[in-house]
Amino acid sequence: MSWMAWTLPTAIFFTAIGLALVGLTVLEVYRPTERVRGFLPMATTRGDRFFISLLSAAFIHLLWLGLMDKGLLVVSGVSAVWAALLMRWG
Amino acid sequence: MSSFKPKNNRAWLGVLPVLLIVAFSAVIPLMTVVNYSVQDILDFNSRFFVGFEWYQQTLKDPRFVDAFLRQVVFSLTILAIEVPLGVAVAKGIPKDSRFTSLILILLALPLLIPWNVVGTIWQVFARPDIGLLGWTVNALGIPYNYTAEPLHAWLTLVAMDVWHWTSLIALLAFAGLTSIPTPFYQAAELDGASRWQVFRYVEMPRLQGVLIIGVLLRLMDSFMIYTEPFVLTGGGPGNATTMLSQHLATMAVGQFDLGPAAAFSVIYFLFILLFCWIFYTSVVRSDDE
Repeated sequence: MSWMAWTLPTAIFFTAIGLALVGLTVLEVYRPTERVRGFLPMATTRGDRFFISLLSAAFIHLLWLGLMDKGLLVVSGVSAVWAALLMRWG
Repeated sequence: MSSFKPKNNRAWLGVLPVLLIVAFSAVIPLMTVVNYSVQDILDFNSRFFVGFEWYQQTLKDPRFVDAFLRQVVFSLTILAIEVPLGVAVAKGIPKDSRFTSLILILLALPLLIPWNVVGTIWQVFARPDIGLLGWTVNALGIPYNYTAEPLHAWLTLVAMDVWHWTSLIALLAFAGLTSIPTPFYQAAELDGASRWQVFRYVEMPRLQGVLIIGVLLRLMDSFMIYTEPFVLTGGGPGNATTMLSQHLATMAVGQFDLGPAAAFSVIYFLFILLFCWIFYTSVVRSDDE
C-alpha cells in the first residue's frame, strides 16, 4: 500500500467516507429509503442527498481555498452543518 | 396470496466483479491522486505533507483560470453548434429511403477515426501553404493562418470538433425521430399544424431524452479534450488553445510536478463530476415527467 503514498489525514478522510457508505448500506437494509421531496428542486433518496452533500462540501472548500487563505476549519464546519441540513430536509 | 416475490438480495453478489474492477481501475487510482495532492513529492522516498497548499496554488494560478475559461468557452461553443446542426441533419435524413443506411454509414465515418488522426487530417487540411482549406481561404483573399493567429486557431479547432462529432448528435436525433409513431404526425396534419409546430410540439418533446444524453456525452468529452488540439495547434499560438487537460499533462508529465498536478486533477475531476451529476439529474427528472 505504500505506493499509494498515504497520509494520516487522507486515510482518516477515506475511512470516514467508507464508514459512512457502510452505515448507509446497513441503514438501507433495516430502513429502506424512499424518494422524498424536500427543499431541493427534485425528489432524492438518502444516497442522493449524501452524494450531494459530499459534492457541495467539496465545492464549498474549493471556493474558500480560491478566495481566502485562512479559516478552513470554519468552512469545514459550515459544510458539516450544510450536509446535516441536506440529509434531514433536502 | 401476494403475487410479488420477496427481494432476493443474493443478486447483489453479481455486482461484486464490477465493483472490484471499478475499485482497481478508478477508485484506488483516484485515492492515490488525492494522497499525492496533499504532498510535496520530490522523489518517492521524500514526500512532505503540505495540506491544501497545491489546491490554493492551483485555484489562484492565472494559467489554470485561463485554461478553465477557454475550456468552458470551447465546450459551450461546440455544443451551441453541434446540437442544432445535428438535429437539422437528422431532420434531413429520409426515414424510409433505400439510401438511408448509406447516409447513416457515411455520417458515422468521422466517429470511427482516431482522435490523433483527426488532428493530423485537420493540421494538413488547414495549412495555408498546401492544405485545401487553408490555401482556398487565402486564395479567396481572406488572410488565414491558424498557426499564427489565435482566432484562426480557435475557428479551426471548433470546425474540427464540429466535423468530428456532429454526426453523433445527428445519429442520436435520427434514432429519436424514427421512434415517433406515425399517428402523431397524422394527428398534427389533421390539426393543420405547420412544419415548425410539428417540430416544436411533436418532435422536440420526443427528442428531449436522446438530446440530453447527446449533450452530456459531448460536454464530458469536449471538457476532457486533449489529443485533437495537441496535434492540431499544440496549444498555441502562445497558450490560445491550451485546454485544461493539456495544461495538466504539461504539469504532470512535462514538469513532473506531481503534487500540484494531482491537486489540479482532483479539481478537474470535481467539475466533471458536477456536470455529470447535473445532467444525470436532468435525465432522471425528464424520465419522471
